[in-house]
Amino acid sequence: MEYFKLVVAAIFVSNFILAQFLGLCPFIGVSKRTDSAIGMGVAVVFVMVLASFVTYIVYWKLLYMPFNIGVDAREYLNIVVFILVIAALVQFVEMVLQKSMPGLYRALGIYLPLITTNCAVLGVTQLNIGRFGSHSFLSGLLGSTLNGFASGIGFFMALLLMSAIRERLDEADIPLPFKGVPIAFIVACSMALAFLGFSGMV
Amino acid sequence: MRLWKELTKGIIRENPTLVILIGLCPTLAITTSISNAIGMGIAASFVLVLSNIIISLIKNLIPGKIRIPCYIVVMAALVGVVQMVMAAYFPDLNERLGIFIPLIVVNCIILGRAEAFAGKNTVLPSTADGIGMGIGLTLALFSVAFVREILSGWSLGGVPISENGIQPMAVMGMAPGAFIVLAVILSIMNITVNVKRPYESEDLVAKEKVLFAAAKPSVAKLAKKEAGPASGGGA
Repeated sequence: MEYFKLVVAAIFVSNFILAQFLGLCPFIGVSKRTDSAIGMGVAVVFVMVLASFVTYIVYWKLLYMPFNIGVDAREYLNIVVFILVIAALVQFVEMVLQKSMPGLYRALGIYLPLITTNCAVLGVTQLNIGRFGSHSFLSGLLGSTLNGFASGIGFFMALLLMSAIRERLDEADIPLPFKGVPIAFIVACSMALAFLGFSGMV
Repeated sequence: MRLWKELTKGIIRENPTLVILIGLCPTLAITTSISNAIGMGIAASFVLVLSNIIISLIKNLIPGKIRIPCYIVVMAALVGVVQMVMAAYFPDLNERLGIFIPLIVVNCIILGRAEAFAGKNTVLPSTADGIGMGIGLTLALFSVAFVREILSGWSLGGVPISENGIQPMAVMGMAPGAFIVLAVILSIMNITVNVKRPYESEDLVAKEKVLFAAAKPSVAKLAKKEAGPASGGGA
């Protein structure tokens, strides 16, 4: 039940894009066509799950526990180590896909390198540590991996909805100053208003 | 003269947030009050200027293929410094900005300037470029925060505007308010300043393709292949 709540909260209540403002660059940049939105979304879910899993293990087993560092002093190495882990992970995923699944690689290849600098991925790892850092190892690992997956799904959903709306907007008659990106933000505003309705649900 | 040009281009003409549309996450997330916006602007500008200086100094030592990870490590170290200083001297601000301080590392503005400018220029122009972009970013954050703070709290810089003012619109302090204020500011930019957004269509993919193309020949090849039919379809 606790994990169900976690999933609902990550997808709807504190949606990464529409409630927490993480990963806005791809949300505006890659949402012009549905197929590129799907490619980016799948790649983000994939990397977010892997990154949540690996960074939690690194945090727990490599970074602090062997040296008995207290909870207060733990945050300062996180960014340097996590961003390197994510960069290496993305590179590794890319190499594996290229060799073993060339079809999938062709579909996701362009989006994978962009994910290193997607703040949603670094954001989810940081949030996981803040949330599950004091849990026991296994429950924290399960929780953060699940949180990574659900946050990724929330990101994917918002991106997909946005791209579907923007494809329609191309044919709409929009006032000149709002053409292009401003109207996309207006759409995002009404989506965020709708998602505000979920707040307080969990 | 050239330095002056590098300095001023980031303020309006190539404003990173309002024209090139990168680094949008902090622009929307922490602009609920002016003090947040200025704090974030100064922190990000500090990292931006120093990373530009350091990268322009060490650009000849970094092998071309792994330069993006190298740049990211430089930035992450600088952000670590910012984080410690904030926690020590401005605990309030640190608390309010929260996760967006560590996320300066992945702010596209900083990596974008390192790649587009500091990696190709000497120290002085890179410093000027960093300062200009930092001012541009701070101004953009300030303008969004200014509107949002008035509308959501009927105050300016934490001080109430009048004793018995209007009923503030709480929604402006939440997510939808951020989106709509930015949309209106962008549309005002569209009609007043003659901005040409370089990445208006499929912007991010195109932009980051350029960013990663040199580092990754495989991606560049893929990108070219993808771009062919897509651009044909668009025309």
